[in-house]
Amino acid sequence: MLTYNQMVVYELSDTAVDRIFQALADSTRRDIIERTLRHEQSVSDLAKHYEMSFAAVQKHVAVLERAMLVTKERRGREQIVHGNSEALRRAKELLDAYEQIWHERAIRIGEILSEPEKDKNK
Amino acid sequence: MTLTLSHKDVENLTLTFTTEFAASVDRVWQVWEDPRQLERWWGPPTVPATFTKLEFSPEGDARYFMTMPDGSRAYGWWRILAVHAPHRLEFEDGFSDDSGEPVDSTDFATCAVTLETVENGTRMTLVNTFKSAEQLDEMMKMGMEEGMAEALGQIDAILAESSVSR
Repeated sequence: MLTYNQMVVYELSDTAVDRIFQALADSTRRDIIERTLRHEQSVSDLAKHYEMSFAAVQKHVAVLERAMLVTKERRGREQIVHGNSEALRRAKELLDAYEQIWHERAIRIGEILSEPEKDKNK
Repeated sequence: MTLTLSHKDVENLTLTFTTEFAASVDRVWQVWEDPRQLERWWGPPTVPATFTKLEFSPEGDARYFMTMPDGSRAYGWWRILAVHAPHRLEFEDGFSDDSGEPVDSTDFATCAVTLETVENGTRMTLVNTFKSAEQLDEMMKMGMEEGMAEALGQIDAILAESSVSR
C-alpha cells in the first residue's frame, strides 16, 4: 500500500488552488483570460476593452498572475500578457476528480439495487 | 446500466450529477436511509464507510468514518437540512476530528439529492456545492485516495475471480 499514500500528493497547494478560484470569481478577469488565451496582448491593449482605468486593469492582471492563470513579460515599454491554459485545466481537474467519486458511488448503488430484495434486513 | 450526466461550474464551485437506476424511487431512497446500505456504497470496498449515527430527519445528525487500507480512520459528519421521503434529501457534509466531532461546523460542503420517477425507474440528481476551493481540494485529495483504492479493489476482485474461475 505504499503507492496509496503517495497518490495523495498533488501538484497544487491549497493556497494555489484558492488563488485560482478567487481569480476566476470576477467577470473582468475571466474575460482577460479568454482574450489572452486566444492571443497574447499588452496591458494597454486590454485596458481599451474595459471601462476602467489602466491601473485597475493592471491590478486584475496581477491577481491572475499570482494565480498563475496568466504570465506577463516585459517587451520594451509594453507588458505582454499570455493566458495559461494549463492552470485552468487544473482547476477543472478538481471538479472532475469529485465527479469521479460520484460516478463510482452510482455504480455501487446500481449494484445494490440489482440484488434480490431479500438483502434488506431492516 | 447506469447512465450518468454531470455539469461542473468552476466559478461557483458546483457539481451537478445525474444518474438513473432501474429501480423504484422508494427502493433508491432506501440506499440513503438505511445506514447498512448507505455504508456499502459511500466508500469504495477498500475504504469502507461506517455510519455510527444517522438521524434521518430535519436537523438530524450523522457521524461516520472511513477505514483506510492501513487501518487508520477518517471521520466525517452530516447535518440533515431537509428530508422529504422519498424524493428529496439535503445535507451538509464536513470533516470530523478523531473523536468523531466536527473540526469546524461552519466548514462543510452541501449536497442536495432529488429522486424522481422516470420511464425506466428513478432519476437521481445531486447538486454538490463547495464553500471554497481549499475545501474542494481536500475532497479531491480524498477522491484521489478513493479512486486509487477503487482501482486496487477491482484488481483484487479480478484476481479472486480468475482463481475461482467462474
